[in-house]
Amino acid sequence: MKGWIAFWNIFIKDIRTYYLKPPNISWGLIFPLSWTGMFFIRSGAGLESIPEVLPGVTALSVLFGTTSMLAVTITFEKKNRTFERLLLAPISLELLMLAKTAGAILFGIANGFAPLILAGFAADLSGLDPVIFFLGLVMVAVVSAFLGLFVAVAVQEVFEAQTLSNFFRFPMMFLCGFFFPIEKLPVFLRPLSYVLPMTYGVDILRGAVHGGNKMAYGLSFLVLGAFCVGLFFKSIGNVRRNWII
Amino acid sequence: MAPIIEANNLRKSFGDVEAVADISFRIEKGELFGFLGPNGAGKTTTIKMLTGLARPDGGTLYLGGIDCTDDPKAAQHLIGVVPDESNLYPELTGLENLCFCAALYGMDKSRRQARARELLDSFGLAQAADRKFGSYSKGMKRKLAIAAGIIHRPAILFLDEPTTGIDVLSARQIRQLIAELHRLGTTIFLTTHYIEEAERLCERIAFIVSGRIVRIDSIEHLLQSVQGKHMMEISWANPLAHGENLAQAFPELTVETLLPGTIRIESDEPIHVGVLVRFLEEQGGHVLEARRIQPSLEDVFINITGIKGESMRNEGGRGA
Repeated sequence: MKGWIAFWNIFIKDIRTYYLKPPNISWGLIFPLSWTGMFFIRSGAGLESIPEVLPGVTALSVLFGTTSMLAVTITFEKKNRTFERLLLAPISLELLMLAKTAGAILFGIANGFAPLILAGFAADLSGLDPVIFFLGLVMVAVVSAFLGLFVAVAVQEVFEAQTLSNFFRFPMMFLCGFFFPIEKLPVFLRPLSYVLPMTYGVDILRGAVHGGNKMAYGLSFLVLGAFCVGLFFKSIGNVRRNWII
Repeated sequence: MAPIIEANNLRKSFGDVEAVADISFRIEKGELFGFLGPNGAGKTTTIKMLTGLARPDGGTLYLGGIDCTDDPKAAQHLIGVVPDESNLYPELTGLENLCFCAALYGMDKSRRQARARELLDSFGLAQAADRKFGSYSKGMKRKLAIAAGIIHRPAILFLDEPTTGIDVLSARQIRQLIAELHRLGTTIFLTTHYIEEAERLCERIAFIVSGRIVRIDSIEHLLQSVQGKHMMEISWANPLAHGENLAQAFPELTVETLLPGTIRIESDEPIHVGVLVRFLEEQGGHVLEARRIQPSLEDVFINITGIKGESMRNEGGRGA
């Protein structure tokens, strides 16, 4: 119970201190809006193309939103030593890191709803499976948050976190099957697509929006779950090794 | 009775640098223990090991009877920590910071609000309770950091350089707060490089130099080691007249130049002031003052470590 009081208060503090700040709210809206507009213009197609671009835009909005925020909330707190206060609290490292990522996950889910709501005004989304979409969105937000955590605990400075994040984000953006279908990628790049979590996230969302998923939902959820567990525990291990010196 | 802190042969290295080399000590419940040494001596590394922020390379560590050697977090519920920098959240108010710190220890909302208000009152910060921490002065930040360290009423409080870099008045208030916490029964582990502060507050002191404890004893016993010494300070108006000549003329005396025109003389035998004053006047120095001084902990520290107290004071900036 005591651990959960700490969890809840860390979560609420982060939401108030970081995520509800006007620049982050505007980031959460402007970024998906820009992505949607860019792809809509680029496709040259009519409004009927929106369901095609919606899964990718949603996944990338979540990915960029969560990873950027965690670089600030963790790396910045490590830098100014407020994170040391959290490490001194009598709660497990696992619970502490879940508390620190919970805000980013919620922020990511909210980010993901922004393109959906915008698309709902402009296109027919009657084929959308809301349950699968929500579950897929949650998994994309969780895996993105844990990827952000993995990056944040691997660096010392906020700018290093942003740089390292891009090392993961941009390959994922181009290889996850959103810009180019995976089967049209050069043969040597295709295996790389299948070791990126966003490939599975985009596929779930694609299936939820218009039934165009290439892989079974069960497989995609399983792979995303494995990425979540792996990234989370690898990050915890890095904190134990590098921060508890 | 079992000690509340027991460290045996603790070691910690960073690469080739041996930060802490085989230190051992025991601290009893309710004791105010000072850990004194120059910057880089290993004080902060020792505190980090004791509080779970660093893992010892070797040795054993018990806090409140709990073995923390392999599990640094095992006894964190027993301890409060005030680090050498006031690391609270600048965007939260004083009250919010204290309530947040209390929540980290699992205190429910009504208890943490009441405790935070109580501490803000007793630390003289009630007027600033709703101001953001970032707008506090250094002294206020330090006081709030101490309040945050004791919000959950820890059995052991670790204070790392609590008065470094703050003004004289705030430093005095903080020393009073530390003395009051000690009076109320909190075990306090205090690191400082202000020798006078350690002498004024602590019951026992460990001197640490280059990662090794060179002496642990009570203030009383440490001072006894210099009780038989005769010491005096002489100042003269013409700083061009050198005190070194005096050391050559009176080899039985130990002469230390404190400032140009001010020397400290130490001897095992009574010092004949008149002879020394005459000698300095003949050397061209116009003696302004010659006064006997009582040996202090600083003299003990110099005797044991060979490090001058002045250099310790200079490390911390202006002595508070």
